[in-house]
Amino acid sequence: MFTEKRKGKSSEIPTASLADIAFLMLIFFLVTTTIDVDKGIGLTLPGKGETKEVRKKNIMNLGINADGEVLLDNEPVGIPEIRDIVKRRLAENPNILVSVKTDPETGYQVYIKVLDQLKQANLTRISIAEPPK
Amino acid sequence: MKFERKEESKPAIPTASLPDIIFMLLIFFMVSTVFKEFRGIPVALPAAKKIEKLPGKRDVAYVYLDRRGTIMIDDRIVSMSEVDDIMYAKRADKDHPLKVTSLKFDKQIRMDLVNQIHEELKKADALNINYSAITGG
Repeated sequence: MFTEKRKGKSSEIPTASLADIAFLMLIFFLVTTTIDVDKGIGLTLPGKGETKEVRKKNIMNLGINADGEVLLDNEPVGIPEIRDIVKRRLAENPNILVSVKTDPETGYQVYIKVLDQLKQANLTRISIAEPPK
Repeated sequence: MKFERKEESKPAIPTASLPDIIFMLLIFFMVSTVFKEFRGIPVALPAAKKIEKLPGKRDVAYVYLDRRGTIMIDDRIVSMSEVDDIMYAKRADKDHPLKVTSLKFDKQIRMDLVNQIHEELKKADALNINYSAITGG
């Protein structure tokens, strides 16, 4: 009666849909992944009480007033012009240093725009003047 | 002479290794996904053209400053006078000494606040800074 052997049923897990499942998860992670990019303008602050004597002829003074107007070596300039002026000066004198002075009322956006111009001129020596006490 | 007809070949791309490839991609994305639970206080970053990447994700402190002057370091709202102590502790951390401070400042703030934070950072000897900005301008 029970002597008949059961036919060997295949006990494999079907893997045909494995790729579909993996694809679905792949798409989910593709969509949710945000490759965060933190970008910005790098700068190194001077240390506390660290002052350096710099020759007058190597300094360019750059002032930004409360209205966002820029004075470069005592001459009013437009922000987009800064890059070319600094580039020219840098070609004449590679040791040039730009000292950026700001008014407490100056907007941050203007300050970043000016720094951006200086960076675009490939200037590495940027000094942030300490605010007057 | 009889030409024997060629057997019709059935070209098929072998798909047996497809799941393996997909799994590899899947694992890559699973590992690289970071679910950020916290994105800081909302700030409208300024725009700039010549911006550079932060040297790395590790050992970076984020200082947020929003339009109303709220300061937040990593995930804590702090007052201006606390900034130097916190930053100093980060600098003095033995395992992960702070390398770069990313300043995420709102574009509408004024320079007096920025200068105050500069002063605090100088006190803490956290001199490498990066003004966070978006591409544009």
